[in-house]
Amino acid sequence: MPQQMPEQAARRAAIVQYEHVSKSYATAKLRRGAPGAVNDLSLTVPAGKICVLVGPSGCGKTTSLKMVNRLIEPTSGRILIDGADVADRDATELRREIGYVIQQVGLFPHQTIGANVAVVPRLLGWPAARQRARAEELLSLVGLDPALYRDRYPAQLSGGERQRVGVARALAADPPLMLMDEPFGAVDPIVRERLQNEFLRLQAELAKTILFVTHDIDEAIKLGDLVAVMQVGGHLEQFAPPAEILAAPASEFVADFVGADRGLKRLSLTRVGEVALQPVVTARVGDPAGEARARTFEDPFPYLLLLDPSDRPIGWVNQRHIPGTGTLAASLATPMSPLLDRRTTLKDALSMMLDADVQTGIVVDRAGRLRGVLTVEAIAAALRPSADPDGIAAGASGAGA
Amino acid sequence: MIDWGWLAGHLDAIAYRTAQHVYLAALGVAIGFAISFVLALVAARHRALYPPISALAGILYTIPSLALFAALISITGFSVVTAEVPLVLYTLVILVRNIVAGLDGVPAEVLEAADGMGHTRRQRLWRVELPLAVPLIVAGLRLATVSTIGLVTITGTISDAFGGLGYFILDGYNRGNFLTEMYAGAFPSILLALGADLLFVRAQRRVTPWANARTVEATS
Ligand SMILES: Nc1ncnc2c1ncn2[C@@H]1O[C@H](COP(=O)(O)OP(=O)(O)O)[C@@H](O)[C@H]1O
Ligand SMILES: [Mg+2]
Repeated sequence: MPQQMPEQAARRAAIVQYEHVSKSYATAKLRRGAPGAVNDLSLTVPAGKICVLVGPSGCGKTTSLKMVNRLIEPTSGRILIDGADVADRDATELRREIGYVIQQVGLFPHQTIGANVAVVPRLLGWPAARQRARAEELLSLVGLDPALYRDRYPAQLSGGERQRVGVARALAADPPLMLMDEPFGAVDPIVRERLQNEFLRLQAELAKTILFVTHDIDEAIKLGDLVAVMQVGGHLEQFAPPAEILAAPASEFVADFVGADRGLKRLSLTRVGEVALQPVVTARVGDPAGEARARTFEDPFPYLLLLDPSDRPIGWVNQRHIPGTGTLAASLATPMSPLLDRRTTLKDALSMMLDADVQTGIVVDRAGRLRGVLTVEAIAAALRPSADPDGIAAGASGAGA
Repeated sequence: MIDWGWLAGHLDAIAYRTAQHVYLAALGVAIGFAISFVLALVAARHRALYPPISALAGILYTIPSLALFAALISITGFSVVTAEVPLVLYTLVILVRNIVAGLDGVPAEVLEAADGMGHTRRQRLWRVELPLAVPLIVAGLRLATVSTIGLVTITGTISDAFGGLGYFILDGYNRGNFLTEMYAGAFPSILLALGADLLFVRAQRRVTPWANARTVEATS
């Protein structure tokens, strides 16, 4: 049977604007001056960005989110999607155009995983074959083999798998906007970390506009292009990119909420590719030893980094162990510093260096070829407020550099 | 002790009464279910109506059946309506409560997800809430059917034309405890009740495969 291929993500991402939005569950109390659940919230989420609403429990994050798909109606103010007030839309139609993921997932226990993923396509009246094809495509996208999972029931899945199905389900009709309420809150830390990474990988590909709620500041910093820190009573305290929230908290509340270790947290925001790498003395296996040895004495760093013929690092050789004659053999090299790539965060890089008890990490490209080395001092320099994030130095460009 | 000759001579009558028994019970449960379904949906939609609906069904259940027959005969005569009204009324309390409990048992997050994805009220009811209520609805039908099969026996007190297998029990009693005839009514009706029970257990497994599906391997 020829399968109808679903169209690829051709729709653009939406722009979401909150304009002076307030919500009070008890209007009488509000009139007496008691704080509402959300208080005069104004912010704009640009198209294709992840905006994380973060704050302590009860600060109005869920309420703010549910007003977008009208599961909750605001007491005052308006919410615009691409300039159109959501209040003017038919609520069920609006919801079918917005992906929705919640912490408890809420898969339909009586339907197979395939049917669960195809819920919105079915509501939209897609032909059955197209629903099926789309469900399979999405299961693959979230890393679940359709042949294995399609016909199972939700009770037969682990928490992490269920959460993936929840994300697949929300993506089914290719919505330009996704609302996610603590989607990774109910899984254990290891699975959460993995789901977060997969989520970022997916978003790099799909570029949806995403409103993401969490009470976990680390998750907010890791996932958000923009972070909105909220305070109990539904006040927006700060709305900025994560680096700015960490470097310049707008209030004492924000500073407290991001924690005393915000300097360290900034490490997880910067990637190796964004800092200046140092060159290092290198030589290839089989090169003349005497010449290489001489070069190490011209450099303050007393080691030679030995490379294989394809410029892939093998290990360090202490200058004192380099013979004066003959050629360099691979057996001279001692175990390596950790291997980093441009996408490793400084936090992970530092952690790997501490684990290996070394001062330097070796940075390689996708093919494993040497790009340069990253030192502990370079990491410290990157955290200084004046650090120039664009100053990517030309790394060692191979043997004989 | 058992008069085999009598049994052999009455096989046709036993078959006829068994069929009648099934018919009277099935009709009562079917009508009772239709009424209960509507009442339960109304109660689930308008929560304030549930306590009075449930209380009324409970009161109807407590009316002694013989008294009800007596009252009905003066209105509906010796008709099948008189036989069915008590059967139907007695199913209501079980069925309404089970259907409502089934709808109430749908997890809040499932409802929230259903709403959030854009189901209308009607779509949510038919595609999500009712399918998830099926195990409790079937459990209610099972109870109602078994108890109705027992109750049919007494409809024979209205007229010889009703009563299903209960006819033999009453008739045997009237003949001065003619045990063979009484057993001819009692045993098949017990078998009918057991058979119906088994049927519903099977049916429930069939229509709710998801309720039996439990953990395969749990990998993330
Ligand atoms: N349905 C409701 N009725 C009354 N108060 C509510 C309701 N939902 C939330 N609230 C209150 O509104 C405030 C914000 O709630 P919520 O948006 O759920 O916070 P968060 O998601 O940040 O934890 C809380 O004080 C909460 O108790
Ligand atoms: Mg919440």
